[in-house]
Amino acid sequence: MVPLYWYIVLSAALFSVGVFGFLARRNVIIMFMSIELMLNAVNMSLITFSHYLQDMRGQILAFFVIAVAAAEAAIGLAIIIALFRNKSTAHVDEIHEMQG
Amino acid sequence: MLPKIFFAYFAFAILFIAMLVVTRKNPVHSVLWMLLLFFHIAGLYLFLNAEFLAAVQIVVYAGAILVLFLFVVFLLNIKEEIKAKRFINAWPTGFAFALGIFFLFVMTFRSYIAPPAGPYTVEMVQSESNIVVLGKILYTEFLFPFEIASLILLVAIVGAIVLAKRRLKS
Repeated sequence: MVPLYWYIVLSAALFSVGVFGFLARRNVIIMFMSIELMLNAVNMSLITFSHYLQDMRGQILAFFVIAVAAAEAAIGLAIIIALFRNKSTAHVDEIHEMQG
Repeated sequence: MLPKIFFAYFAFAILFIAMLVVTRKNPVHSVLWMLLLFFHIAGLYLFLNAEFLAAVQIVVYAGAILVLFLFVVFLLNIKEEIKAKRFINAWPTGFAFALGIFFLFVMTFRSYIAPPAGPYTVEMVQSESNIVVLGKILYTEFLFPFEIASLILLVAIVGAIVLAKRRLKS
């Protein structure tokens, strides 16, 4: 039996890789893929707890996370298309109209 | 012993591929590595007795979301992308932040106390099959959240069309 701790460390490491990708990359698409990585890490920990605590509700929650991730990907990529049409760049450090 | 070897393979493969995804210069390569990553994650779900979610992971993530990503990547100028810098100038800050979050999670988990286990033991789920048990909970206890999820997807469809549509000059 694989200890629960190993799964949680794997999930935390995957989440951290996603955080690094989101904060460090210039390309908007890779940033979105990093968000998907983070969602997958959370899903993995939910399913792990569902297995180890013998409660199916963790899997239901992961199911909803996947549904929201699909919606988020559709909206996010539509935003990227609109952005690319107006600015013809996918680099976040060249998009500073909002002075953020 | 054998489960631990399997887990070690999946864990190292997942982490290695995830690092490849966030560091490749060519976005197409990133998307293709991510495809491999999702298959590995689906394998890990099978390992955790979540057969339905492993199938959903492949159908929704690998089949739908990644194809969407690939479509948008092909709209960009890849020749220019390969020449450009990969990371923003402040990338060490992002790296430190990610490392901090990792240690925060690991340290937090040290004070975790397992609650009493639920009624869905492996034998009980296997006697009824994973998808039957999941469906019974989803359509009774979680019926209202399920309907809200369908509404969220509808809003996403409408929103994506509205955002990506070319404005007509009148």
